[in-house]
Amino acid sequence: MQHTQEKWGRPRDDVYGPYDASYLNSEPRTQTLQPTVTGTSVIGMKFNNGVVIAADNLASYGSLRRFIDQERLIKVGSETVVGVGGDVSDLQTIEEIMEGLEISESYDEPAQSLTAPNIHSYLQRIMYKRRSKLDPLWNALVIGGFKNDEPYLAFIDLLGTTYTAPAVASGFGSYLAIPILRKLVDREGDQQNVSKEQAVDAIKEAMKVLFYRDGRALDKYSLAILSKKDGKPDVEILKDVRVENQNWSMAKQIKGFGTQDE
Amino acid sequence: MSRFNPYGDSSGGSSLAIAGADFAILAGDTRHSTGFSIDSRDQSQIADLGDGLFLTSNGFSADAKQLVDDLRTQIKWYHHNNNDHKLSISAAARTTMMLLYGKRFFPYYVNPIMIGMADDGTGAVYSFDPLGSYDREPSRAAGHASELLMPFLDNQVTFANQLDPQTGEPRKRLDLDLQTAVDLVKDAFTGAAERQVQVGDTLEIVILTKDGVDRQYYDLRRD
Repeated sequence: MQHTQEKWGRPRDDVYGPYDASYLNSEPRTQTLQPTVTGTSVIGMKFNNGVVIAADNLASYGSLRRFIDQERLIKVGSETVVGVGGDVSDLQTIEEIMEGLEISESYDEPAQSLTAPNIHSYLQRIMYKRRSKLDPLWNALVIGGFKNDEPYLAFIDLLGTTYTAPAVASGFGSYLAIPILRKLVDREGDQQNVSKEQAVDAIKEAMKVLFYRDGRALDKYSLAILSKKDGKPDVEILKDVRVENQNWSMAKQIKGFGTQDE
Repeated sequence: MSRFNPYGDSSGGSSLAIAGADFAILAGDTRHSTGFSIDSRDQSQIADLGDGLFLTSNGFSADAKQLVDDLRTQIKWYHHNNNDHKLSISAAARTTMMLLYGKRFFPYYVNPIMIGMADDGTGAVYSFDPLGSYDREPSRAAGHASELLMPFLDNQVTFANQLDPQTGEPRKRLDLDLQTAVDLVKDAFTGAAERQVQVGDTLEIVILTKDGVDRQYYDLRRD
C-alpha cells in the first residue's frame, strides 16, 4: 500500500520502473521552421481591361543562385494566374493542389470554369488551415483574374492573411515595386484610367528596380497579361522576359566594400 | 531554433460603435496594413452577417476572417433548424462567445464588435475580448486606434465621471440623436487618422435603424 496521495492511481515504480519524464524537457515535433529554396517577390497590378502579374525565374538556396529557370507563375483554370513567392517545394505542393482542383472541377457538366475569386478563396482556406496546424506552406501568393468581367487581384500569405487591392506585391516588392505601381493605381477604380501598355511598362519598370536592389532577384522573368477580348478572357504568359536597358554606371561609385583601389 | 509564429500583425485599422435609443452605428476605416506597410486602401472590415447584424473584428485579420466565416455558418444552420427565424443580437452575441471560447487554447487574436437592433427596439452594441468575455455597452472602440477613440467616446457619449455644473450632480448619459452620433464618429476617426499610421484612407459607416441599413463613406487622410 502506498501511503502518500501523490502515488495513488499511478503505475507502481517497483513493477513498471520510475516514470520517464524526459519527454517534458525535449523539443516538440517540428515542421518547416524556415524555407530552404526560395523565390523572391511577386508583383501584380490591374489595368482597365485586366491584370498583369510578374515573377522572376530564380530559385535561391540562401544567397546561392541555385536554379535560374524556375517558373513561378501558375495558370489555374482558363482565366486565372497564381504567382508564388517563398519556398519552392511548397510552390510545387500548391501546383499539385491546383491540378487536383482543376481535375475535380472538370467532372461537372456543363463544366463551370474556375474563376479567380473561387481560387483565391480555396487557396486562402488551405493557407489558413496549414498555419493553424503550425505546418505552414511558406509562400506568398498573388492571384490575378476576373470577377464578373472586372479585373480581380488578391494576395495571400503563409498565415492565411488576405486582401485585394489594385496593386499588390510580396517581399521586397512591397517596398520597391508598390510605390511605382501606385503611381498609376492608388485606390480601387484608378485602373479605369490605365491601359494595358501602361500597366506592362510599370510592371517592367518595377521588375528592373527589383533587379537593381533585391539581391535575390534575377533579370529574367515571366510576365502574365490577363485581359478581356470581346468579353472572353485572354491569358498571355510571356516567358524569359529580360530586364532591358540596364544601367550600371553607378556601380563604380559604390565604395566601402569589395576589392577596389581607394 | 525559433518556432513558427502563427499570429501576424496584419489588420484592418480601427473600428467603433455607438448605440442609441433607436439606432446603432458601426464604423471602420478601409485601410488594411501589415506592420508599417499599407496592403490595401479599400478593404472593408465591416461584415454583414445578415439578420440585421454587423460585425467588425480588429486584431489578426486571418483570424478575423475565420471568425466571420464561423458565424455565418452558425447563422445559416440556425435558419435551417428554426424555420428561418431571425437570430436576435443577444443570441448572436452568445454564439460569438461560444466560438471565441471554443478556441480558448489557440485563441482567435481579435476584438470583435457587433451591432444590431435589440428585441425592445433599442440599438445594441456588443463587444468581446479574444477569449469571449462580452458585454452590451453604449459605445466601444477597437483596433490600432482604440486608445485614441475610446476616451473620446467615454467623454462624449457616456459622459463618464462628469458633473453637471449647475447641479453638481453626475451628468446623465443622454441618448444621442443620430446626427450627433454620426458627427462624433467622423470627428473620432479624423482624430485617429491624424495620429495613428494604421488608420486612414476611407471611413465606412453603417447606420442601423428600424427602417433599415444606411452605408456612408467619408474620406480620411491617405498618407
